[in-house]
Amino acid sequence: MARFVLSRVGQTIAVLLTVSVIIFVLMRMIPGDPVLMLLGDDFTQDAYERMRAKLGLDRSIVTQYVFWLGHVVQGDLGDSILQHEQVSLLVWQALVPTAVLVTASLIVGVLIAVPSGIVAAMRKDTAWDYGSMGFAIFVYSMPGFWKGIILIWIFSVHLRWFPAMGYVAPWTDVWDGLWKLVLPAITLGTFFSGLVARIIRSSLLEVLETDYIKAARAKGVRQAALVYRHALSNALIPVVTVIGLQFGALLGGAVLTETVFAIPGMGRLTVTAILNRDYSVVQGTILAGVLLVVLVNLVVDLTYAFLNPRIRVT
Amino acid sequence: MALDPGGLTAPPAVASAARHAPASAGALLRGWWRRFARNRGAVFGLAVLLGVVLLGGLAPVLAPFDPLAQGVGTPLQPPSLGHWAGTDSFGRDVLSRIIYGARIALVVGVVSVALAMLVGVTLGLVAGYYGGWLDVVIMRVMDGLFAFPIIILAIAMMAIMGFGVTNVIVAVAVGFVAPFARVTRGDVLAVKEEPYVEAARLAGVASPAVILRHVLPNVLAPIIVQAALRVSGAIITEAGLSFLGLGPPPPTPVWGSMIAEGRNFIVMAPHISTIPGIALMVTIVGLNLLGDGLRDTLDPRLRR
Repeated sequence: MARFVLSRVGQTIAVLLTVSVIIFVLMRMIPGDPVLMLLGDDFTQDAYERMRAKLGLDRSIVTQYVFWLGHVVQGDLGDSILQHEQVSLLVWQALVPTAVLVTASLIVGVLIAVPSGIVAAMRKDTAWDYGSMGFAIFVYSMPGFWKGIILIWIFSVHLRWFPAMGYVAPWTDVWDGLWKLVLPAITLGTFFSGLVARIIRSSLLEVLETDYIKAARAKGVRQAALVYRHALSNALIPVVTVIGLQFGALLGGAVLTETVFAIPGMGRLTVTAILNRDYSVVQGTILAGVLLVVLVNLVVDLTYAFLNPRIRVT
Repeated sequence: MALDPGGLTAPPAVASAARHAPASAGALLRGWWRRFARNRGAVFGLAVLLGVVLLGGLAPVLAPFDPLAQGVGTPLQPPSLGHWAGTDSFGRDVLSRIIYGARIALVVGVVSVALAMLVGVTLGLVAGYYGGWLDVVIMRVMDGLFAFPIIILAIAMMAIMGFGVTNVIVAVAVGFVAPFARVTRGDVLAVKEEPYVEAARLAGVASPAVILRHVLPNVLAPIIVQAALRVSGAIITEAGLSFLGLGPPPPTPVWGSMIAEGRNFIVMAPHISTIPGIALMVTIVGLNLLGDGLRDTLDPRLRR
């Protein structure tokens, strides 16, 4: 197990290094001279050279990368040109609402997916199966931002059950915070449930075909007990993997969902920064997003190994 | 890479070569079509795809109005006989904009996936076939790219390149290169050990020819499946970019930006957002069902 953990951590560091190179290169591809942007219109050749040296732009590209990486590792992502604030602080502040949204969506997704996946598998090829799988494809295919607008239209404009937008941290005001989170979490959570329900169905069907289930059935265990006590725990393992595989998609969906519901998270920070050409912020949010995805995948893989001893050896 | 001479002399080599003979291609195709036609979802998906292609292709004939012309109707008018999908805040005909929007959705979806496929499959073939440091370098870069959520990578690319249809295509394509490279490489690793590939190699066929003539055809099925599944993702990504205001600039008729524009009028004129969204969703459902159908019928490993 220790060897597995070590090799997985090593891979993660390798991926993060590659990611850092990609982001560094991307940021260097941005048109325009950063020195000119900082100096404005009126400057001397001497001032230009000094600013270039100060930014380290007169060194080789490799030195620049190492220099840049050194700062990034220490959490120094530079300052926002527009908000006159440290990028790391801005990213951290935006990360919290996004994390809240993603967590709430995971919960909503699992709450919908587990029952519908079980029903579909237990009543395979019946209306229940077609119904819940049809629903899964439907919510999965619905573009999240459009789903959000439809939910606002129905539940905020017409029924007035939930607020149309806004965000309050659930720990400052539990009721208001959760209330405002309902529609965004359903928007993003149903996307996730669509994926997970299909996987629970197929893995449950697979598990129900195994020998130990057949043995239990031959022993006279009832179908319901068979599913809940014997099959489900094994069928749920792939769900952990899906969380890892789809976490990126979930985070991407959060970016769009935030825009619909005016949640001050990573999505809004990134988009505003792009429209304002505030590139150090863009770099910071992208770095944070990828870091999050890579780390979640590491945790998921380790959890998976913990849940499923067969994987540890390889 | 050391060769396994045992594989060459073993009798399965003959059977394997026969299985890959081009003569059976027609029969294979007919067999596939029979399986495909039985899959109701896949057939529905194919119908949707053909519908969208027709809509986009015949846009100038089908669209009742110029998609860019303002004031062809009273602004914010709900669906009526004159304007089947109503009008938007500039008095433009929503239906005409949806029909023209199908063009952009399709072009972005298909071209970006084709581009990603071209680059990704080439990288995957090279990495898998040659192995060694080339493999290591290519696949590490792919791992890095793979870590980016597609929409976030696309957002970053748009930030660098600026807005416009071509840039959207490139931005979306970059996000899909890694999956193609991975799928291709994985299958190349398996196929290159097959006796018929070794036979070709030992017979002195140059590596590029071996790759194109013997390896590629045998790894094509999962690539096609991957492509079919990715087109819907590409269209959703484009719609997402446009929704964020990072897609083709206004007044280009794009589904994503139409949905975004309509958001401000959701109380007075909900049709502006909802109807383009239905077009987008039907397209995505169709493409997903088609992709699933192709996967189930083309990929022998998944066939039951």
